[in-house]
Amino acid sequence: MPRFPSQEWAVAFKDALNTSKNYAEAARNWEGDFYFVVTDIPGQGDPVTMYADLWHGQCRDAYIVDELDAHRPAFTMTAKLPTWRKVIEKKLDPIQGLLTRQLKLEGSMTTIMKNVKAATELVNSLSTIDTQFPA
Amino acid sequence: MWFFRAPHIVYGEDALSYLASIQGERAFIVTDANLVKLGVVDRVTEPLTEAGLAVDVFSEVEPDPSIETVTRASAQARAFHADWVIGLGGGSAMDTAKMVRVLADRTDLQAIDVNPIEPINLSGRVKLCTIPTTSGTGAEASWPSIVTDHSENRKLILGHTDSLADVAIVDPSIPAGMPAWLTADTGMDALVHAIEIYAGPWHNDFVDGMVLQAIKLIFEYLPRAYRDGSDMEAREKMHIAATMAGVGINNSNVGLAHALAHSLGGVFHPPHGRATSTFLPYTLQFITREAPERYADIARWLDLPGDTPAERATALIAAYKQLQRQVNHPVDVRGLKVPEDKFYVNLDHIVEAAEADGTMFNNPRIPDTQEVRRLFEYAYAGHDVDF
Repeated sequence: MPRFPSQEWAVAFKDALNTSKNYAEAARNWEGDFYFVVTDIPGQGDPVTMYADLWHGQCRDAYIVDELDAHRPAFTMTAKLPTWRKVIEKKLDPIQGLLTRQLKLEGSMTTIMKNVKAATELVNSLSTIDTQFPA
Repeated sequence: MWFFRAPHIVYGEDALSYLASIQGERAFIVTDANLVKLGVVDRVTEPLTEAGLAVDVFSEVEPDPSIETVTRASAQARAFHADWVIGLGGGSAMDTAKMVRVLADRTDLQAIDVNPIEPINLSGRVKLCTIPTTSGTGAEASWPSIVTDHSENRKLILGHTDSLADVAIVDPSIPAGMPAWLTADTGMDALVHAIEIYAGPWHNDFVDGMVLQAIKLIFEYLPRAYRDGSDMEAREKMHIAATMAGVGINNSNVGLAHALAHSLGGVFHPPHGRATSTFLPYTLQFITREAPERYADIARWLDLPGDTPAERATALIAAYKQLQRQVNHPVDVRGLKVPEDKFYVNLDHIVEAAEADGTMFNNPRIPDTQEVRRLFEYAYAGHDVDF
């Protein structure tokens, strides 16, 4: 069971997206890579950032980055670990998370608002990953 | 974590006289030409002038207002240095007014920049009052603005939770002159709001009671208001029910019938309420095949028959269809005067726009692309949904 956040989990994330028919359909027009930033990890001072290259319903690559300068992604989504956990466990609707600023998103909001279903299916795919969280 | 927000609501007959007590200097009325012609704008200008405010009017709001209209109205409001924006009309005028207030305050923004995710940090310098002239849209009490982007033939959901009106004036004497067809279009729109909100994943305890009561009021009073527009009890109850459903939108969200109606509307522009009303039985049939429970709750509240959730949900759909017939509403997309050849030529685009709509995700059962397409096809042909 991959631990969140980790390289192992990033691979599971890529696999989950690439085996989701619903995500492939909903995100078929999507172009834009992401940083997913996880803060407030117990026992760890620095945030962990995962890069995901999302392109037309597929995840071309996903991995943990050490340097934020490694990419200039179209979107950066940041949240505390407990918030990510709620999203992955489908206890927090990601759109409600964004509206309440529990999830912070940088990038073109127009693009996001035109692709709500893709975002929803992305999160639905996350929830299929059997995930272990830090205590 | 979630919020409950509502404007200060002034309601009942004579509520319009509240305008004579507002504090400010320059009121900018956003409305449409028809309301100028009918003298409704004069009824609003009078108490504002009595309160000592200078008044300017933008009366060019069209049905399904465009980004260009919002931009033009905002430029006029900025030039006027408005400290009050008054949205007077149906959903189109009030949605435009909500955007105008934001853009009159935040002169550095354009309409397309106003989204629900990024904070808009209004200064509070410009206040917003909404005055519905129809009983249905609920836009007086909700934050979103539905604005048409003609470059992409689609409707966008713009706005921010902070774009909510400061004051909503819900005076039943204003919609009293609505013709029967408009009473039906707007009243059914309010009913669709309330049902979708109650059943949607964003429903919450604050909103549940409010929309259930709105549903009951509409089932009881819409046929009366439709039959006899001078029935002021029915007018008042419908006006209140519409605002209650609007508060529901503000604190939850509507669902699938709206996603389908928005996308069809982006191309064919049928009256919004008539379109949502037409789609609802089909979306209910689709959703309740897997998730009937919340609809069964509504049926129980309305004393409709049924021993199981599925039976009660079916009874709700039947009661809804009966109400459609009572107010002479179309029961399929053909009835919206959408030509068959143009419908099918545009179907790919309409399906895509529906899937991208901000209300698509707020459903107990979310259709995939093929299911969205079939929903449109069934709703066009008037077939009961069997998938």
